Amino acid sequence: MSGGHSSYTPGTGIEKWIDARLPLPRLVYDSFVAYPVPRNLNYAYAFGGILAIMLVSQILTGVVLAMHYAADVGLAFNSVEKIMRDVNSGWLLRYLHSNGASMFFLAVYVHIFRGLYYGSYKAPRELLWILGVIILLLMMATAFMGYVLPWGQMSFWGATVITGFFTAFPVIGDPIQQLLLGGFAVDNPTLNRFFSLHYLLPFMIAGVVVLHVWALHVTGQTNPTGIEVKSKTDTVAFTPYATVKDAFGMVIFFILFAYFVFYLPNYMGHPDNYIQADSLKTPAHIVPEWYFLPFYAMLRAITFNIGPINSKLGGVLTMFGSIAILFIVPWLDTSKIRSAVYRPWYKLFFWLFVANAIMLGWLGSRPAEGLYTLFSQLGTAYYFGFFIVLMPLLGLIETPRRLPNSITEAVLAKTRSGGQPAGVAAAPETRA
Amino acid sequence: MKKLLLGLAAAGLGVVLALGTVNAAEEAHNAAEPTHFPIKEPEEMQWSFAGPFGHYDKQQLQRGLKIYKEVCSACHSMHMVAFRSLEELGYSEAQVKAFAAEYEVQDGPNAEGEMFTRKALPSDYFPSPFPNAQAAAAANNGAAPPDFSLIAKARAVERGFPRFITDIATQYQEGGPDYIHALLTGYGETPPEGMQIPEGTHYNPHFISAKSLAMAQPLQDGQVTYDDGAPQTLSQYSQDIAAFLMWAAEPHLEERKKTGFRVMVFLILFAGLVYVAKRRIWADVEH
Repeated sequence: MSGGHSSYTPGTGIEKWIDARLPLPRLVYDSFVAYPVPRNLNYAYAFGGILAIMLVSQILTGVVLAMHYAADVGLAFNSVEKIMRDVNSGWLLRYLHSNGASMFFLAVYVHIFRGLYYGSYKAPRELLWILGVIILLLMMATAFMGYVLPWGQMSFWGATVITGFFTAFPVIGDPIQQLLLGGFAVDNPTLNRFFSLHYLLPFMIAGVVVLHVWALHVTGQTNPTGIEVKSKTDTVAFTPYATVKDAFGMVIFFILFAYFVFYLPNYMGHPDNYIQADSLKTPAHIVPEWYFLPFYAMLRAITFNIGPINSKLGGVLTMFGSIAILFIVPWLDTSKIRSAVYRPWYKLFFWLFVANAIMLGWLGSRPAEGLYTLFSQLGTAYYFGFFIVLMPLLGLIETPRRLPNSITEAVLAKTRSGGQPAGVAAAPETRA
Repeated sequence: MKKLLLGLAAAGLGVVLALGTVNAAEEAHNAAEPTHFPIKEPEEMQWSFAGPFGHYDKQQLQRGLKIYKEVCSACHSMHMVAFRSLEELGYSEAQVKAFAAEYEVQDGPNAEGEMFTRKALPSDYFPSPFPNAQAAAAANNGAAPPDFSLIAKARAVERGFPRFITDIATQYQEGGPDYIHALLTGYGETPPEGMQIPEGTHYNPHFISAKSLAMAQPLQDGQVTYDDGAPQTLSQYSQDIAAFLMWAAEPHLEERKKTGFRVMVFLILFAGLVYVAKRRIWADVEH
């Protein structure tokens, strides 16, 4: 681990016996107790822990739901309603699971924005970042397939639209779509394989999470200043310092989660999904879940042909590209400064990027017509422009603010003096 | 953290301004040939089950059940609701048994291999008025009347900006009942000049997906006799059936909100304790 050698000393005879055979207690101690973390982490850094606990929550509720669910087009919708009405606390399990998916995405988006703001993707953390993008992709696949399982109208038509994307690719498109569907249209084979994969993928996510945390513990965490840990005074022990701070962040997040589960359980869902799937009745507007809306907006923004690429393929490439581009972010950013705290221009464009993503999300829920399309196109242009143009360019032309020499210096300057150096004053890590 | 929040607020404001412009531009539409439905938004009613301490009004649910039984059930099924659950409306076990016995259900096959009909038991579900969706459609001008088990959650008029955000604070989850009430009281208006109403359909500016629907006005003043002294008006009927349908769609609503209150109290107290612990642990470290 980044702190150097293991500081675990087995106390009792049993601990010594275990440590000589399978040093699991040593691993846990070194990773979650003695592991040094920067002392200036703010609550934006609590979302990694929140995501871990959301994954566990989703798996636990999901395993119990699967005991009562029937993956058959004739039974699925009614089996979900049986869970809601007759299974003990079934309504709670299902609302926890469906709202949990939304909360999972809310947390992962904050986590990603945190990474973009503090430059967490830069060397030596490129693999850490890429593993995170892989987790995001797996989450998206899992969430999409999970949404199909209740076999409501939006489940069915969402599956029809999204699997239809693949037909945009020449030659290989149709075979891929048929493989996904298990036939020529969304039907029982589709539901069965989606259920199977929906149960499998979370465990693959858990596997990649292990790699993600491993990579994190090799390089150590970033922090709001973006300066690497230089001495022991820059860090505190994970336990109790980070544990208790993360725990507080988690409880606050649970309050938000519980608020939706108990008071607004259907706020994030679509009313049409309480109508059983009907292949003969197309809903007026087919919209995906809210967490896919920005990508959906970008898909529909491409209304024109680009040379040999027709608008449909162009839209699909744009949508896939919007995720794929995240993989190369570590090499697009040319700035030597990590944290946006010391990069005035990057900071401005970052917040514009956030606003733009929220705007795209709203546009994704609108019909693709008139001004909505124009705004979607502008939003898409900014989304890609941020990565392709602004990130490389700003690193070359921007004059960063003065960096403190160390994390300790930054912290002490902030807490001890009223008149701080400009750069340090801008640090967002105010006392929590 | 403060900076992060400030930044988020600024980002949000930017979006609000951008969205306002788009929204206003999309608002205008032709009165005779509307493209956005419903033509009129539903009125927000007062519901006993709204809000964090919401609970069903059993008297109201009983009246709603009466309306469903005497009027709606002629065409609309409710196949996910079992007679046994009617005890939640305040009926005794014997009353539920007697209520169920008024219905006939098909059972079988018996030992001879024959299907037979018998009186319904509390464990049975409301029988459907038509044997299948095709029969329902054939008897109703080609439009099968939707099942009522989930209708109060399956219909909601889009809230639009900025209400979809303020709804989080007000805990607005009554779009379904509001819509049902609006639809049932929305008949009888004259369509705007120049509007073509397809034959066999009925103009209703509150209908969610078109300007008119196949169902004629189902409820009128005085149609159902109440024995608890509640006014026998269309408005009262519409609210009662809407409340009943909300119960049919979400029978565990009260339990959910009660549990929610306990969970919230626990989480807030727990958050306070964790925060105090965090303050003490970090007291000796500047950060």
